[in-house]
Amino acid sequence: MAKIVLNTIINGENREFLADERDSLLEALRERLGLMGAKEGCNNGNCGACAVIMDGRLVNSCCVMAAEIEGAELNTIEGLADADSLHPLQEAFLENAALQCGICTPGFLMASKALLDENPDPSEEEIRWWLAGNLCRCTGYDKIIRAVQDSAQRINSSS
Amino acid sequence: MQSLTYQRATSIGEAVSLLQNGGDTARVLAGGTDLIVQARERKRDVSLLVDVKHIPELIGVSYSPDTGLVIGAATPLYQVYGNKDVKEHYPSIVEASSVIGGTAIQGRASLGGNLCNSSPAGDSLTAMMAINAIAHIAGPQGERDVPVEDFFTGPGRNVLEAGEFVVNIHIAPHQSGTGGAWQRFIPRNEMDIAVVNCGTYLALENGSVTNARVALGAVAATPIMVPAISEILIGQALNDEIIDMAADAASEAATPIEDMRGSVKQRKHLAGVLTKRTLAIAAERAQS
Repeated sequence: MAKIVLNTIINGENREFLADERDSLLEALRERLGLMGAKEGCNNGNCGACAVIMDGRLVNSCCVMAAEIEGAELNTIEGLADADSLHPLQEAFLENAALQCGICTPGFLMASKALLDENPDPSEEEIRWWLAGNLCRCTGYDKIIRAVQDSAQRINSSS
Repeated sequence: MQSLTYQRATSIGEAVSLLQNGGDTARVLAGGTDLIVQARERKRDVSLLVDVKHIPELIGVSYSPDTGLVIGAATPLYQVYGNKDVKEHYPSIVEASSVIGGTAIQGRASLGGNLCNSSPAGDSLTAMMAINAIAHIAGPQGERDVPVEDFFTGPGRNVLEAGEFVVNIHIAPHQSGTGGAWQRFIPRNEMDIAVVNCGTYLALENGSVTNARVALGAVAATPIMVPAISEILIGQALNDEIIDMAADAASEAATPIEDMRGSVKQRKHLAGVLTKRTLAIAAERAQS
């Protein structure tokens, strides 16, 4: 199968790598780049476990071809924390027990980051609508919603 | 994933020739939220993906009071319902495009993709049909326009010939005294395929109906227009009795299948309910 060379910026770093032409972005991240944070849940766009941010917009990486990211900028869960400390969303998810098994968590964190980047003070309803494409079978969602609200407060009070 | 190649087209002409050379299994890649999944699950044979998102005509939304609204076929949905002119003048398009998938799907999926996937239940389709949107198509024989109401030929099938693709979608300028509305029924609040969906468009003059268009989705092999409703409403003043007649005509026109999402009886009933509700909202908008 044909290999293609892709150039992209991932979490602020220029990356040049080889992918299979039929790779999805999710496959390229996990299998070519070793970025295992995005998870394969449904592999058909329903669950959001593979969500990443592409050119500032939340996408399901299972529904993007790797070839499509040539020249694009990506943010993945691996870039959310900085070297020394967790992102406020990660802290709030931990403290609010917003995860159990953790499979959906990278997707929820990236979706929540995309939300707060666009809307720093979302209402509960806005959070629920925004996260409707991310499925969690453990928490029942309420703790996730509370964690996002908590995180928004932390970010807003520190800025 | 099946073995395939990917090509990025940067002009309409380039996309046409790539599609033509690619044969039957060349597919247009817009947002990919249907196509990539179909290719992976082998529901469609795909040997070539022609990415059309780098063709300027296929991305973006523009509005002029003289020529109307033009939506690039591959424009992601969030840019459609987030556009200020769409919000101001075309609420039914906002209503339909903002409930297709979740946030991540709306970051990629497009009206052109929804159109060409041609699902009988596609949510934006009945909104576009009711407001008489026109699909502008490019292909090996040149360009042509097809009203969205004439676009579908069966489940997953449409009028596009080999090598053709949709460039943009055109909707006439907003006129005062007109209003559109769109609703669907699903058993949950979001992220579901319509049991029935319904788009409505009304034009009123001195309290009487001068144009009425109702489209229903998920009640037949393709989304359908209900011309009987136009006949009932045009020339009449809207009142409860006549809206009930329109709702009955919608239930009558619906010829749904029975599946896990709904029974025949439920779908026929819903066709009437949604017709009634959307007509009321469209009338309110037309009068505001």
